[in-house]
This record gives sequence, C-alpha cells and structure tokens, in this order.
Amino acid sequence: MDAKDILGLPKTPLPIPQEKKSRPQKDSQRKPDGISREVYALTGGVAPLMPSIDVSQLKRRPPSDEKITWQWLPFTSSARKDDLQLYHWVRVVNGVPPTGDYSFAKYNKSVDVIRYTDEEYEKYLTDPKWTKEETDQLFDLCERFDLRFIIIADRFPTHRTVEELKDRYYSVSRAILVARAPSPGEVAGHPLVKEPYNVTQETERKRALSMVLSQTKHQERKDAEVLAEAKRIAESRMAARAAEEPDLPVPSDVGPESAEGAVGPGDTISPANVQAPAAAIAPSTSVIADNASTLASLRMLRVYLRTYALEQMVQAASSSAGLRTIKRVEQTLQDLGVNLKPKVPTKAVCAEHLELRKEILTLLNLQKQLQYKEAEGSSFRDGSYGDMPGTAKRSQRAADQDRTFVPDTISFGGDRVVKREQKRKGPGRTSETPSSPAGAHKRPRKMKASDL
Amino acid sequence: MPHTAIEAQVEDGGSASKPQRIIKLSKTTDDSDKKGTNKRVKDIEICVPIVYGTIAFYLGRKASESQSHKWTVYVRGATNEDLGAVIKHVVFQLHPSFNNPTRIVEAPPFELSECGWGEFEIGISIFFHSDVCDKHLDLYHMLKLYPEDESGPQSTKKPVVMESYNEIVFPDPSECFFARVQNHPAVVVPRMPAGFSLPVLAPVENTNEKGRGDTKDHPLSQWFLNFSEADELLKLASARQQVQAHIVKLRRELSVIDGMPQPLKPASSYECT
Repeated sequence: MDAKDILGLPKTPLPIPQEKKSRPQKDSQRKPDGISREVYALTGGVAPLMPSIDVSQLKRRPPSDEKITWQWLPFTSSARKDDLQLYHWVRVVNGVPPTGDYSFAKYNKSVDVIRYTDEEYEKYLTDPKWTKEETDQLFDLCERFDLRFIIIADRFPTHRTVEELKDRYYSVSRAILVARAPSPGEVAGHPLVKEPYNVTQETERKRALSMVLSQTKHQERKDAEVLAEAKRIAESRMAARAAEEPDLPVPSDVGPESAEGAVGPGDTISPANVQAPAAAIAPSTSVIADNASTLASLRMLRVYLRTYALEQMVQAASSSAGLRTIKRVEQTLQDLGVNLKPKVPTKAVCAEHLELRKEILTLLNLQKQLQYKEAEGSSFRDGSYGDMPGTAKRSQRAADQDRTFVPDTISFGGDRVVKREQKRKGPGRTSETPSSPAGAHKRPRKMKASDL
Repeated sequence: MPHTAIEAQVEDGGSASKPQRIIKLSKTTDDSDKKGTNKRVKDIEICVPIVYGTIAFYLGRKASESQSHKWTVYVRGATNEDLGAVIKHVVFQLHPSFNNPTRIVEAPPFELSECGWGEFEIGISIFFHSDVCDKHLDLYHMLKLYPEDESGPQSTKKPVVMESYNEIVFPDPSECFFARVQNHPAVVVPRMPAGFSLPVLAPVENTNEKGRGDTKDHPLSQWFLNFSEADELLKLASARQQVQAHIVKLRRELSVIDGMPQPLKPASSYECT
C-alpha cells in the first residue's frame, strides 16, 4: 500500500478509509514478540505514527490541468548597465513564459554618494591634509564599494586609516549638504548634520574595544572581581555609614595609634607579617570576612607578601565554613597532590590555588546537599524515623569521602548503600533525619535556597 | 592633581574605616614633599619575586664545639637580579647568643655569613627606598644546619640549602618608583594599559658603588634552587579539572533527585544503571 504511494502508481479512489483499514492491520502485524508491550512502547509505540504529510498528497500537488515545461531562454537584467543577454531555465506555463524583470534585479541597491563639482571643492572642501586628487579617489572608491570603508581603506593608494577616510568622507558630504541647502534649517535634521563623525571618539572607542577583546581570561576575572568588590564596598559603605555615625570618634582614636604601633620599625618580632594587626584593626564593619574587603584591605597596605595575601584570601573564602570543613578541604588538597601552601607562590599560582580551594568548598557543599537529599528521599520512602544505622552510615560515608577522592563511589555508591541497608534491615528504618517527614522536607528546601 | 589622587584613594578604599584612612592620608601629604611620591599609579601592582634562605656548610676537620658550621643567610632576586633598586637595606636578627645579633646589610647582595653550631629562627626585615615604601617587611627563616637524612657523616662539600620563594607586592606604587623600575630585570611590572603615559624618568641608576649587586655569579649560586611555577600550575590545573568534573556530576545528581516526584521503587528498571 505504501509502496504504491512511493512509486507514484494510481491510487484507489478513497485513500482515507483505506488507511484506517490498513492501520489496524499493521497494528496486529507490528506487535513484537519477545519484548513486552510496555518496553516496545518506550521506543515509540506499537502503532506507527500517521505521517504528518500525506505521501499521496505530495505527488498530487502539481495541478494536472496546467501544462508545465522548462525552457532554456535568454534574459536581461535591469541591474546591469550593459545589454548582456544570459540564458537560464525558465518555467513555462501553458506556453507562456514569465514576464517582468529579472527577479533578483531589485536587490541591486547602492548608496547615494554625493558628488561635488570642482567649483564646490575650491569653495568649501579644501583641507590641508587632503589633496583634491585623494579626495576624488576616495569618493570614487566610496561609490564603487558602497561605503565599505574597510575595503576602501585597503584599496586606497596612499596609506590612510579607516577613521581618517571616514572623517574626510563625512565632513565633505556634510559640507556639501550644508552648502547646497537653501537654508541651514532644512538640513538640520539630516543625520550627517545632526551627528557629525567624531574621529577622536571613534579612534578611542576602537582602541578600547580592541583592548577588551585582547584581555586574557585572567584579566576578565580580575575585572569582574574588582567590579564586584566595588559594588560590595559601595553597599557596605552605605550600611556602615548609617551604622557608624555615633561611633565616629572612637575608631579615629584607636586607629592611628594602633597603626603606628604596628608599623613601628624593627622592634616587633611577632609572627610573620606585621601588617596583619594594622589591617585587621582598622575595618570595624562586619564585612571583614568578605573577599572584597580582603582585597581592599590588601590594597591599603603599602607592601605585602604574596603568601600573606593568599592566606588572607583563603581565610576570607573559608570564613563561612567550620573548622571541620576546612580540615576536609585540606585533606582533599593533599589527596589531589597539591601543596597546602604553594611552593612557588607567584601571582598565577596563588590565584589558581585560591580558585581550587573555593571549588573544593563548593564540592563539599554539594556533597552535603546530596547527602541531605538522599536522607530525605529515604525518610520519605519509609515515612518513619530512624536512628542508629543511619548515623553509622553517615559517619561511614563521610569518612569515605574524606579519605578517598574517587568520584564514582561517592555518588551512586551512596544511593546503593541506602538501598542495601534497607534490604538487610527489612522493615526497619534507615532514615538519617529524626524529624517528621514534613520537617525533613523543610531542611532540604533551606539547602536549596542557599547559594553555592 | 594631588587632590584627585587623594580623592581616588578615599573612594576605592575598603570597608568603612573612614576616619583612620583620612588621618593616614594627611600623613602622606605632610611627610612627602618629594615629587612623584604623592602620585600613585592606580590599579597596578609591582611585584618583586625574591628568594630568601640559608646555605650551611659543615666545617669538617676545622669544626669546633661552638663552631661546627659556616652558614650564610641571604635575600636574593628570584632570577638573581640586583635588588638594590628596590631594597635599601636588610636587617638580619640573629640569636641573642651572637655578638651584635642585629646585623644590618646596607648594600646588595643582601647576605650575612656566620659560624655557629645551633639552629634558630632568623628574623629578616627588609627596608625599602623612600619612594618605594616607608613600611618594612618582616620575614622569618629557620636556619637549618643538619641534613634531612642523618645517614653517615656530614660532607663538607655539600651544603644544607633551605630556600623559600615569595613575592613582594606593592599595590598602587608611586609614580616615581614605577618609572624608575619600569625596565628593571628584578622587578615584574605589568604593562601600562594603552593610552597611559608616565613621565620618562632617568633609567635605573646603579647606586651600588661596590660593584654589581646581582647574585648571578655569586660564589654560592651553584646551590641556589630553581623555582618554576610551571609544575605547580600544571598540578593545580589538573586538580581543578578533577574537582570541576566532580562538581558537574554532583549537580546533575542533585537535579535528578530534585526532579523525582515519587520515591524510587525497590525493584525498578532504574537500578540497572
């Protein structure tokens, strides 16, 4: 039946009821043996889908009452300035060839390049940096290449930058426009007059763009960081200004004394980096632990060691983490074979080290989240409270994660552990969360809201 | 002009330690009449990579009870270039059992040699030229005389070397300093963003009359360690990749769990995965 359609052989007069009949036939034919119906349903279903395009309709499109031939005929195009006659295949309907211009001629658009006379040049357009010859050449090229200045710059005989060419072209056009206009008011609305081409601005803009383009990823990150820092500083200053109005006199007394005391030359053999007390005492807001204020406080120091900077940044990054998490981060670093304190602390190395630590923190957070989710899942399953086996499992899993850094075991392994425990214990509980299911729901939701 | 510099500093300062900063700034304008030290180059940090540490030789037959080792403590440029353009003098603070434990070295190479028997922590204070920084920097280094593996007698030929690499960072350096060290081999100066121009001051002057201050041909240079960031960068990069891959995996799992409306059936087809 379908084969006949494909071959284009004449169809029986009622195609639709035929298809309906054929469908149930195909239905019983196609039901597979050996696989269950459900599985077969997964792969697209038992019934073959109705083709959205009726195959028979495709063949019937060309109306049979018209006679179509294709002929090799000559044609001209209004877009051409000469009388060149080319040939192409033309669809002739009932012996009548198509009329009208060549269908693509309407796309032949060009720019209206203003041409000036020699008189006008002498009167309005002379310029110390441009000879008449050059200006003429420029305008010729502009017309030829439809103001594609990159090409014009390339073909221009003497070496000129794109901005110079544009400047000359636009200022000449503008001058001519203004000169030819009966009154200045009439041309005031013309874009050339309203917004003249600004060479210096353009050059600046392009230079800035190329700078941005050639920025390395590192610089991009730094810029983003600085911008974020600036934003945070602005915000914290707003908050601090409100909070600190009454406290103004006090820090000003404490400030310089402690700063001087800390900077006192040579007689402090306090542990590395004397600048630490000076930097730590000064800021009295609660935003100290933030990355941005660390950067800012580092910049306040006139000099510091790269290792000191790294320590500060690490501290700021781990400020929200407890001691145990920090220990886990360090353990992970060791497992990865990375020195806790870089041996060659260059700027690049320290930046990478910091990013790595942050990523490990993210990782640990995600693991914790996953644990909670699984716990929630298991408690939801059982709908009950669990205790001992759960905690033992959790500590075991945590210990596993601390010790080994093998990705696969942690993810699905955890899931399996839960299931195995279930099977072993039978109807017993394996939930880790002692609270009610509603409560268990609450906690993961809080975790979801937290930003990672 | 100076006003704009001060204003800029106030604006981009840190958290609201306003009062302290204002006082600090007035100090700057008070005590520096030198041209160029008021003006600072913003958003640029000058970095001086240094290596500091000790090299200790066992004296062998010439050793006595109280003087068994001859050691040298030093601060050198990481590429062995002359640090004299940046550092004015270095103060080494030795164990009080030494005579005059506070030793000042006023010219490069910034080093100090002594004989002794004990290991102790040496305090190294680096003082910079006035246009560089008026604060000094303190470092600490543990003098090591005895090698890690104590097998066999100590050799007089092979010393015990302990070096640490670090970088001195000057954020917002003064224009004068910047111009002075722009092309100095010991200093890492990032290129100015295009369009910036500084007054071209005299090129680096060698104020060391004694001769070269660099340590390229230093008698101990054969023992200097090489610090290359390449290894560390590679290791860090691979570590980050691992962590990132793991994060992606976990995120996917989390989203799977979030997407699951029903709890898993115990014996479903999902377990096969």
